[in-house]
Amino acid sequence: MAIETPLKGFIGESIKRKEDDRFIRGKGNYVDDIVLPGMLHMAILRSPFAHARIHSIDTTAAQALPGVVAVVTGKLLEQHKLAWMPTLSGDTQAVLATDKVRFQGQEVACVIATDPYVARDALPLIDVGYEVLPAVVDPSKALEPGAPVIRDEKEGQTSNHIYHWEAGNKGKTDDAFAKADRVVSLETFYPRCHPSPVETCGIVADVNPATGHATLYMTSQAPHAHRTLFAIVAGLPEQNIRIVSPDIGGGFGNKVPIYPGYVVATAASLLIGKPVKWVEDRSENLISTGFARDFHMKGEMAMRNDGRILGIRVKLLSDNGAFYADAQPTKFRAGLFHIVTGSYDIPAAHVVADGAYTNKAPGGVAYRCSFRVTEASYLIERLVETAAIELDQDPAELRVKNFIQPDQFPYKSATGFEYDSGQYEKALRLALDKVGYDELRKEQAEKRKKGELMGIGIASFTEVVGAGPGKHYDIAGLRMFDSAELRVHPTGKAILKLGVKSQGQGHETTFAQIVTEELGIPAADVEVQEGDTDNTPYGLGTYASRSTPVGGAATAMVSRKLRDKAKKIAAHLLEASEADIDFDHGKFFVRGSPSKSKTIQDVAFAAYTNLPDGMEAGLEGVTYYDPPNMTFPFGTYLVVVDIDRGTGQVKVRRMVAVDDCGVRINPMIVEGQIHGGLAEGFGIAFMELITFDEEGNCLGSNFTDYLLPTSWETPKFETYETVTPSPHHPIGAKGVGESATVGSPAAFVNAVIDAVGHLGIKNIDMPVTSDKVWTALKEAGAAE
Amino acid sequence: MLPAPFDYHAPETTEETLALLDQLGDEGKVLAGGQSLIPMLKLRFASPGHLIDINRVQGLDFLDERDATLRIGPLFRHKAAERSSLLASRYPVMAEAARQVADPIIRNRGTIGGSLAHADPAGDWGSVMLAMDAEFVLRSKGGSRNVKARDFFSGPFGTTLQPNELLAEIHIPATRGRSGGAYMKLERKVGDFATVGVAVHLQMDDGKVRSAGIGLTAVGPQNIKAEKAEAALRGQALDDATIKEAAALAAAAADPTSDQRGSVEYKRNVVRVFTERGLKRARDRAREGARG
Ligand SMILES: Cc1cc2nc3c(=O)[nH]c(=O)nc-3n(C[C@H](O)[C@H](O)[C@H](O)COP(=O)(O)OP(=O)(O)OC[C@H]3O[C@@H](n4cnc5c(N)ncnc54)[C@H](O)[C@@H]3O)c2cc1C
Repeated sequence: MAIETPLKGFIGESIKRKEDDRFIRGKGNYVDDIVLPGMLHMAILRSPFAHARIHSIDTTAAQALPGVVAVVTGKLLEQHKLAWMPTLSGDTQAVLATDKVRFQGQEVACVIATDPYVARDALPLIDVGYEVLPAVVDPSKALEPGAPVIRDEKEGQTSNHIYHWEAGNKGKTDDAFAKADRVVSLETFYPRCHPSPVETCGIVADVNPATGHATLYMTSQAPHAHRTLFAIVAGLPEQNIRIVSPDIGGGFGNKVPIYPGYVVATAASLLIGKPVKWVEDRSENLISTGFARDFHMKGEMAMRNDGRILGIRVKLLSDNGAFYADAQPTKFRAGLFHIVTGSYDIPAAHVVADGAYTNKAPGGVAYRCSFRVTEASYLIERLVETAAIELDQDPAELRVKNFIQPDQFPYKSATGFEYDSGQYEKALRLALDKVGYDELRKEQAEKRKKGELMGIGIASFTEVVGAGPGKHYDIAGLRMFDSAELRVHPTGKAILKLGVKSQGQGHETTFAQIVTEELGIPAADVEVQEGDTDNTPYGLGTYASRSTPVGGAATAMVSRKLRDKAKKIAAHLLEASEADIDFDHGKFFVRGSPSKSKTIQDVAFAAYTNLPDGMEAGLEGVTYYDPPNMTFPFGTYLVVVDIDRGTGQVKVRRMVAVDDCGVRINPMIVEGQIHGGLAEGFGIAFMELITFDEEGNCLGSNFTDYLLPTSWETPKFETYETVTPSPHHPIGAKGVGESATVGSPAAFVNAVIDAVGHLGIKNIDMPVTSDKVWTALKEAGAAE
Repeated sequence: MLPAPFDYHAPETTEETLALLDQLGDEGKVLAGGQSLIPMLKLRFASPGHLIDINRVQGLDFLDERDATLRIGPLFRHKAAERSSLLASRYPVMAEAARQVADPIIRNRGTIGGSLAHADPAGDWGSVMLAMDAEFVLRSKGGSRNVKARDFFSGPFGTTLQPNELLAEIHIPATRGRSGGAYMKLERKVGDFATVGVAVHLQMDDGKVRSAGIGLTAVGPQNIKAEKAEAALRGQALDDATIKEAAALAAAAADPTSDQRGSVEYKRNVVRVFTERGLKRARDRAREGARG
């Protein structure tokens, strides 16, 4: 007998997360928990220099250390054509350096040993002869003629320029600027930050020497795509590769790329014939794996004096590090930055982007973001704040004046997106109401008279998530559909298998609830499986808020497929015509006589025991869903800050968040996603930073330098919702995993600028640290 | 983060500890709370051959006030300082510092003695000890000597502690009369070392300052005793002008460097602002507080 729970898990019900039972008791199964017989351990020797030529690598002493099984260098990999690998942006990346090292922390050699301590002890015994070269750390300088060429191994590469990309319409935008009463501009830098999941990256590679089958337990947000890439890179037959992504302790984009450590561990297992484990430590994660942002932005808005925005022009320079390894759809070289028109009806837009190589770690992953949507949202929301100050208009009313109106949807943006739905003013008004905006403005005016600094910051963001329609969106050629396979067993219990992969987002609950909604099977009876490529249908994985928009849609569609068949079986059981059968919350009944009914469980049993003539047995199906469009979640975040003029410290007094992600499947999980995202947005706004000195030394290589907010300093979040369903998604849901990281940094910074704008302070780049605030106040003559 | 190999010793008496220290010399390191030493080992900034874990030695976690002296044992932990009602009522600078050191998890294990021996210029306890004019009892197999806090620190992570010595006891003159104190700390987040810290300890007689102690954290190669500022306060009534002057002198005593936490100018300003605010807070506490 199943235990009766009060909530079955229909859409809108905040049932507890099914996966938490094991997580909160410490019973999860992560890569580092995996121990295989005879397993060896790998440690990586990394470059101490940002840019240096390698003259020699002597591994003799390391090899002689008892317990060391092998030392792998680039030379060895070269013999197997594995010294270089492709990146997700069509560039190449060194697996182990052969000619030069190009960033501090780059992988140079690997030690395989019987014990992880021995592997680590052997690293300093490897003697590498380096000739230090000048480091290139500033992307503008990297593009100057005569700058040392970082990627001199690439044929035809004579500079550090990577790509040039444009979106929108230059002519129309120039016209808009010609007609403008004034131009509002802002130059800002979105600094390099890092996803820093609690669990770092790792692999246990187990290549069976007898069969050649490779089982790779990997911290992967995209196991299927990784399997295909492994097949291509390593030349292994794809049917012999099984990637298992077990429980994952946070990804945030960090576990989308393939890292050298995965490749070397796999090669080592293949060559040695034993399983090899590699789990990086915190510093390795911070200095070498996918960072985010590092985006220099110049934005201009053409404005009428009444506050209408006529056009926007943006010039971007991205610092991509030593290898162009952005994880993003192939067609979009600067990700989806062209969503920069945001929530506003801006008739003309033009975006120009260039990328530069520097001697820094590669990456450019979307840290809790749909491919540079964060940067775009930050820029437009900061520009609107700048406009409000310069035009001396209320920033809320200025937004209202420019919002895309509800009757304009579907709305075609100047850069080519078709927004699905939105009610921007409604979300903004709710936030203003909840925070008590008018009162706060009065208080601010009073305080200002006394010389006290208080600010109210707004961000009314719009995201574009859920990549994506196959004809526009692919990663390394793989179209960005996703899949769901549903098997309903005779007793009415089900297994749902997905191509996406949870890293903490609660998939085991959310996707079960979609099945509950569509078929009436209680969520407790739906087992959700993900991450094992031998056992789940192909999909592109979880990042860019795509799981619910794509995998969730696939789940609804496959459930409906099964429901159609179930209806036929129900008609057979009820001896009625299929056309007369209605379905409601797990019950099939004959229209007009609700007492004559069969449950989904009855029908499932019949699917294996009592079928209509000619029908195939079973109640199973699979769907590959190619979304017709992206989804466009939105909301308004409102932040109130007080600033200490003596120390420059910013205290966040209030944070009100109104999110609209369409239909909420499990509101508690949605709330959790928003809380986490707001905390990360707070961290990015005020403390997270990876920076480099002039020699290219990384200054953010551990958690005493790379600061993450804890529950102590994170403000209390007051969260609210509006619900504007996505018209094209089967259950009206939009992605929500990233709204808060995308939208909130601008709200925090706008609050600071709102407090000090009247002193002539126009911008303070993130992270907004107390010393930067104090210095700005001092320059404005307003510091204590 | 895997440390290099080491041998581990767990003595059960102070005598055994001192004998091991004597025998192992440079190669032996005392393990107290481990909250500085273990990270150093894991980062391989240090790789001593031997760890001498003193956590099994009984009776080293004391705090008591007798014979006009507050005595603290080497295993007295940050958490115990945070919770002590004695410190909260009579030594507010210590109570206030305790709850701002690191984060709650580190405070559960880390010790005041370990902090002082580690001598991180950004450590909070050194400034508190300088402000309170503490004295340290350093014991070795052969004997024992007392060193004033102001003579103990010698540059970043440097002290006069010898490899064969144990910091066996901390002595602080017990407060008399009306006293008050404050610890002001600017940190970027909870668990962060100070960008700037200022310890203030005041003892008053009839509305005038009998003694004032000011210690500065993270603004020089070691914790700094702002002696000129202290002298400027002695014998004075604590009006705002006197406080301002002392704050300026404390700022002048600071010798910070520019780094990711802030510029020289910024840090110096925070010293000034914090000294001013700290003195006011300590003054108010001395007025409100009971006579000792
Ligand atoms: C993330 C983090 C944040 C921190 N933040 C702060 C902060 O904000 N402020 C602050 O002040 N500190 C901070 N600390 C340091 C913390 O307070 C440590 O607990 C303290 O510095 C060392 O005390 P311990 O008992 O842990 O010493 P251990 O780590 O055990 O030892 C430290 C050193 O002192 C020596 N030693 C210890 N005890 C004795 C003794 N009795 N005699 C002789 N030598 C001895 C050891 O041999 C070693 O060299 C932080 C630490 C961490 C890891």
